Amino acid sequence: MFMQPAQATSGQIFVDYARDRVAVVAVVVLCLILSVAVFAPVVSPQNPYNLAQLDILDSKLAPGAKASAGFTYWLGSDEQGRDMYSAILYGLRTSLAVGAVSTLVALALGMAIGLISAYAGGWLDSLLMRLVDLQLSFPSILIALVLLAVVGQGVDKIVIALILVQWAYYARTVRGAALVEKRKEYVDAARVMAFSNPRIVFRHILPNVLPPLIVVATVQIAHAIALEATLSFLGLGMPITEPSLGLLISNGFAHLLSGRYWISFFPGVALLITIVAINLVGDRLRDVLNPRLASHYGA
Amino acid sequence: MLAFALRRLLQSIAVLFVMSALVFAGVYAIGNPVDILINPQADQAEIARATAALGLDQPLWRQYWSFIAGAFAGDLGRSFAANVPAVPLILERMPATLELAVAAMVIAVALGIPLGLVAGLRPGSWAGKAIMAGSILGFSLPTFWVGLMLIMVFSVYLGWLPPTGRGETLMVLGVPVSFLSWDGLLHLFMPALNLALFQLSLLIRLTRAGTREALAQDYVRFARAKGLSMERVLRVHVLKNILIPVVTVTGLEFGSLIAFAIVTETIFAWPGMGKLLIDSINVLDRPVIVAYLLIVVLLFVLINLVVDLVYTALDPRVRLARREV
Repeated sequence: MFMQPAQATSGQIFVDYARDRVAVVAVVVLCLILSVAVFAPVVSPQNPYNLAQLDILDSKLAPGAKASAGFTYWLGSDEQGRDMYSAILYGLRTSLAVGAVSTLVALALGMAIGLISAYAGGWLDSLLMRLVDLQLSFPSILIALVLLAVVGQGVDKIVIALILVQWAYYARTVRGAALVEKRKEYVDAARVMAFSNPRIVFRHILPNVLPPLIVVATVQIAHAIALEATLSFLGLGMPITEPSLGLLISNGFAHLLSGRYWISFFPGVALLITIVAINLVGDRLRDVLNPRLASHYGA
Repeated sequence: MLAFALRRLLQSIAVLFVMSALVFAGVYAIGNPVDILINPQADQAEIARATAALGLDQPLWRQYWSFIAGAFAGDLGRSFAANVPAVPLILERMPATLELAVAAMVIAVALGIPLGLVAGLRPGSWAGKAIMAGSILGFSLPTFWVGLMLIMVFSVYLGWLPPTGRGETLMVLGVPVSFLSWDGLLHLFMPALNLALFQLSLLIRLTRAGTREALAQDYVRFARAKGLSMERVLRVHVLKNILIPVVTVTGLEFGSLIAFAIVTETIFAWPGMGKLLIDSINVLDRPVIVAYLLIVVLLFVLINLVVDLVYTALDPRVRLARREV
């Protein structure tokens, strides 16, 4: 058992959260986005990557045009006669999955390294933190770009790149929090009871540094999604067989100058709404769960 | 202070070495450039000759050795694709990137600080709320998409600004710049605005937070009680205090402007280093990729070093805080 500082119950957190109406709308929007992404095959009128369902005669139709298959291209179609609405739903799936998976793995990895670093101290701590410093002194886009230039394209590779650019951030945050926790009495108590080091680190310290971290991770998912979209736009991210929103926008770039705005515009709007919703939810969660953190961001 | 500066300098040099090894090892692990550069119909002998000419038949450590030796002489190999030395190729593109980054910084500072002040002084007003909403949007908007939308609105629909390229450049001290000619300015405006967006949002937030914090301090209340006008309090007392973090962040963010210029340059076909990097990655032009990375690493290490030293000199609290961490 471990002692924990007094915390608000989940009911109170819920009430606190609901006090901000914008944040409530953001949660609803986010749930909607998640459900259309998960149920994309059911709710989209077309499977945009089944070539048998595409009709080249329907290519580059403006929003609102009728498809030869009967449904309406509410958001237009691209140069292969692909329904943009369906393509966006499938793209959302890829973008969200890549963002969430990479953030979760980076969180776990960074947390483990940060905890070990804080608890072990000494040369290991210095070495790990120098590595973190080194990495954080370069913008993540540059690091990700170089990694992808080295290892090539693919879903697995972009996930690895996104993990590698994120872990250092968590490692540093966790280490800072763990150093504070380490000095507290409950850790001394656990030591006196002769618990093993791994047990103290993972059963006692970890639960106390976790809540603020989860909030940070929420906002980081949005960053990961934006970064993936940017890399895909540059042609270094997702392969053409699994297009994310970034790749859809990139495809539309070629048609932008001829006035066919919808191929780039709508995937970008979807991306924007997703990122804003995640950011708003994350901001609100941070305010509710941990008022101390708020001043960091100048909010 | 001198000891700190020396230690910091040594650290920077160590970082440069570590990065050069990482960059080299990483980039030279990419597929075989011979496949891309040589006519696929070439016979075995021709391929061997080209491989030898490019130095690709040597063991990796020897390639690295000649690379390090060359680096000190300012020679990081020849571009496979353009067949010219890589370093001059990049340096030739550097003024365009620097001009873009500086222009973006100017836009961000010129708009960000006043807007942040307004938002900090009147957080409840509609102007304050609108500015903050705009700043949240600026953080969330994917830069590359905003670039496309700018092209769509200003070039395709309104026809006011040219969508791509750098336009007319004039030579100043042997460096081509575009901000002195009207045509150059027209070309510069959109990419610079696009690149500035993120920093602008950041500066708005920083200034707003700093203003609100400063306004709650006793010295501001005292200055007001003394009968000073609000304008003077703002200019002398508030602004001075928020400028330290703002200047620091502005300096540090200059590096990320150069990194993000990769994206902006690709969209607007701005002939800078970033576009060169993407083009080189697409044809696996290793010497150019390596040279770009090393030059950018050098640039970053320099920026970080200068900002660190200046900040430490300006604010003694930083030194104390450092020792604790």
